This record gives sequence, C-alpha cells and structure tokens, in this order.
Amino acid sequence: MHVNLVDQYVRGTSTIHRLDTRVKVTATLLLILSVSLMPAGKWVAFAFLWAITLVLTAAAGIPIGSVLRRSLIALPFALAALTLLVTVPGPPLLELPRVGWTVSEPGLVRFASILLKSWLSVQIAIILAATTHLTDLLWALNSLHVPRLLIAIISFMYRYLFVLAGEGFRMARARQARSAAPAGSQSTGGNLAWRARVTGWMVGQLFLRSYERSERVYQAMAARGYRGQIRRLDPPPLSPRDLMLGALPVTAYAVILAAANWC
Amino acid sequence: MIGSILSALPLHIPDGFLTAPVALIGWLFVLLLIGWALRQTREQLGERQVPLMGILAAFIFAAQMLNFPVAGGTSGHMLGGALSAIVLGPWAAVLIMTCVVAVQALLFQDGGLLVLGWNILNMGVLTAFTGYFVYQGARKMLGNTRRAILIAGFVGGWLSVMVGAIATAVELAVSRTSPLGVALPAMAAVHSLIGIGEGLITAAALAFIAQTRPDLLRFSARPPATRSAGWVWGGLLIALVVTLFSPWASPSPDGLERVAEDQGFLAKGLDPLYQILPDYTVPLVKSEAGATILAGVVGVLLVFGIAYGVAWLRRARPSSS
Repeated sequence: MHVNLVDQYVRGTSTIHRLDTRVKVTATLLLILSVSLMPAGKWVAFAFLWAITLVLTAAAGIPIGSVLRRSLIALPFALAALTLLVTVPGPPLLELPRVGWTVSEPGLVRFASILLKSWLSVQIAIILAATTHLTDLLWALNSLHVPRLLIAIISFMYRYLFVLAGEGFRMARARQARSAAPAGSQSTGGNLAWRARVTGWMVGQLFLRSYERSERVYQAMAARGYRGQIRRLDPPPLSPRDLMLGALPVTAYAVILAAANWC
Repeated sequence: MIGSILSALPLHIPDGFLTAPVALIGWLFVLLLIGWALRQTREQLGERQVPLMGILAAFIFAAQMLNFPVAGGTSGHMLGGALSAIVLGPWAAVLIMTCVVAVQALLFQDGGLLVLGWNILNMGVLTAFTGYFVYQGARKMLGNTRRAILIAGFVGGWLSVMVGAIATAVELAVSRTSPLGVALPAMAAVHSLIGIGEGLITAAALAFIAQTRPDLLRFSARPPATRSAGWVWGGLLIALVVTLFSPWASPSPDGLERVAEDQGFLAKGLDPLYQILPDYTVPLVKSEAGATILAGVVGVLLVFGIAYGVAWLRRARPSSS
C-alpha cells in the first residue's frame, strides 16, 4: 500500500495522545474558534497563542519542524486575501511603482492577521490529527452527537480507502507504462482532450469497480447478519483529569483573547 | 511555480479566512442538509446505504488522485461532486462528498475545521446539486444519445465547479477577506479553467459507464416526478444561498473593457494557460468587472431556470393527460 494516511506520530504515548478524544476534539474546535475571534493587529497576543501551540506540540512529542512544514498547506490560499493590501483605505505605507497601487497600513495589518490566524489554526488542527487515530476521532464525534450513520459511512470509507487508492494507483501505473514519450518531452499521450478522456475512462472504470465491490461487500455483510445497525460500545465516562487537562489550553486562549479585546 | 499556485488554489478554505459567525452559519446549513440527506438515502438504499456510500466516498477520494498533466506543471483532476450526483442522485452525492471533504480536513488539514461547514457546502452540496440539475436539464433538451450524455456531463461538471467557486468568493466577500468585485472574477476565471478538467472527466466517465453498465445510469433517467422533494429542496437551497448574500453584492460596472478581455479569455479556452496569473493579478485593481459577476450569476441562474422549467413541464404533462 503506497498511501500513507496514518500519521507517523499517531502511535505516540504522550499526555496529549492519551487524552480523552472527546476532550481533544472539543478543545481543538474551541482553540480554533478563539483564534478566529482574535482582533486584527494584536501581535503580542498572537505571539502568546503561538507559544502555547508550540508548548502543546512539544508536549505531544511532534517535531516542531514537521508541524511548521505541514502548516504551509494553507499558504496558497493567501492569494485570496492579498487584495486587502490595496483595497483597505488608510494611510499609505508603500507605493507600488508603475501600477499605481498603494499598500495601506490597515490593509497590511488585516492581511497579516488573516494569514497568522490561518497558520495558527492549521497548527492546532495538526496537533489533533497527529495525536489521534481517525477511528478514535470518529468514535469521539459519535459521542459528540454527530449522526451515527454519517460516522458509519466515514469509517467504511476509511476502511476501503486504501483498497481503492491502491486500485487507482495500479491503473495510473498501467497508463504510465503505456504512454511513451521522447526523452525530455513533457507531454505523454495525445493532446489535452485525449488525456482528459483517458482519465475520464479510468475514473469511470474505478467507479464501476467500486460500485461492484460495494455490492459484494454488502452481500458479505448481509450473509453475516448485518441488518443496517452498526453496534458500538458505550463511551466510558469522562475523567475529571482529562477535562481539566483539556480546559487548560482553552482557558489560556480565552484569557489571551479577552486581554486582546480589552487592551 | 504558476502551475503549483494554480493547482493549489482550490476551493478548500482554510481556517482564518472566514469570520467566526460566517463559519457557524455554514455549519447550521450543513447540519440540516446532512440530516435530510441521511433520511433520503436511507429511504432509497435501506441497509445498503452504509457500505455503498462508504465505498463510493473512498472511490471519490481515490479518483481525485487520478490526474493528467495539463500544461506548465498544472494537472487536471476532478472534484467528483457532479459525477456522483449524476449517477447516484444529489442526496447520495451530498453524503459522499461530505465524508470526503471532512476526512480531507481532519487528516490532511486540507481546508479548515471551523469553516468545514462551508467547505462541505461549496464542494459537496453545491457541486452535487448543480451537476445533477444541469445534467438533468441538458438531457431533457438534448435527448438520449451518447452525444447528449457527453455534452450534459461536461456542462454539469464545469458548472458545478463554477458554482462552488462563486460561492467561495461570496463567502470570502461576506467575511470581508476579499471584496466581491475582486474575488468573484478571480475565482471565476481560475475555476472556469479548472472546471474544464472536471467537465471533460465527468463526461468521459459517464460515457464509459453508459457503455459498460447502462443500468447504473437508470437513476438519472428516472422521471423527476418521483423525487419532487429533491427538486424543491435543491431549488430552495440555491435560491437561499444566492439571495442570502445578494445584499453584499456591490456591482460597480466600470470595467467593461476588462469584461471584454475576460470573455475573450474564456472563449479562447485551454491553450494559453500562462495567461491565468495575469488574469489573477490584474483584478487587484480596485473596482472591477462587476458586470462579470452579474453575467456569471445570471448565467448560472438561467441554466438552473431552464433545467427546472423543462423538468417541471415534463412533470406536468402526465398529470394533465
């Protein structure tokens, strides 16, 4: 299997790894919520928030470098906010030569704040993903009242993801093996429409294989007594220690948020 | 570089780009819709629901990895909302895409967690309903030939991406992250190209399925009268999204030359891919191409209107005779 979906740090044993997943999910959402409620331009507060995420990262035993590398994923979307630089009115900071745009100070502040918020949120989400197995995550979402059927569908998806991704990879390799090109040439196969068509056929083929597989899987399940019910153990009670540990970073974030709003 | 930026300019909104109230409104919509979709598919599929939806969600995930080189390091691949909606019906597609988008956010941080509601709406709900209704409408007009499947599939796939992109631009504008006059033409221009890949793959995949397992396409060939609830809900949803945000639309039509250029650019289609970035940066000029927005929105509404109207006529016929 070539698709590595299981995070390499998930198997750790830190306090954060062992924290009740329900607490972890709730805390993650609250942390991201407080980041998104931060007023723009409060750099000191942002620095404090970042320090806390760094502490959490270190406590989870995830290398900070790997978190930072992964946190760049949201960067290209910064393009979407780039226009704030020149559209927000305010004292001019910088004249762009030739095009005649002026970068305003409040524009820069808002742009940088959005980037910081996005960057912090991604880091918080990485800590959750890197310390929690998806199975546990789904189980926690289930006890947090996400519809049981949806959870069942996602767990099925996760179970067969590797099978179907492998199937897709084999098809892609077969196409590659049959698409010869002169050395150094970028284009393989025919023109763009041809390439798109072949990809479309592959997608159609993959769909049929998936559909037929789902029928076989269902029949196998029905033969073993499946009647549309997914059974699960009841969740264990929340321990006060886990609740307290989860409340720690949330409280810290809330205090910083309040301070940033009042000062 | 250009290619990597382009293919990384997706519809997955990260956290931080939408304000908290906007993000929460998205969750509200999506929770209602998912609840409804679960009920609808349960009625259709019964106990087959979980294995079928789960495995097809995995299929979409895998199919998104199948890509083909376009130009300049860009690669085309598909989102899959339109294809799954055309084959399985919009509600099944909503569920499938919800799972895909949610797992992408949870495992890979591809799209934020707080804004997940909107990401599901943009990439799951809107693409599914657009693809489904446009395909249905086009098939009603074009008949039952292979050509009709290809054209309807292409238009459905292309428009599904466009509607997703337009919705993303509107959400960014409501959050005051980017003025609508800039975000909308930019998103629409980029995704009018990305959408071509979606359209071509959707059409080819449909043609393939029609040839090998035509029985699977029966769902989309069924008369809509039996699923009138789906039509009403879909129409309602789209009207809702459009009207909800219309107050923020501030069209300032003083960029007519620019519009002409945009139109020419769109018509030229595929080959000059390097022109995209200029097209992306030029909209930085302040008030911009408000007419493009209007044209885009009107165009989308028109297609919906035609699809809906034709289907309505077809539905009315048997009851009158």
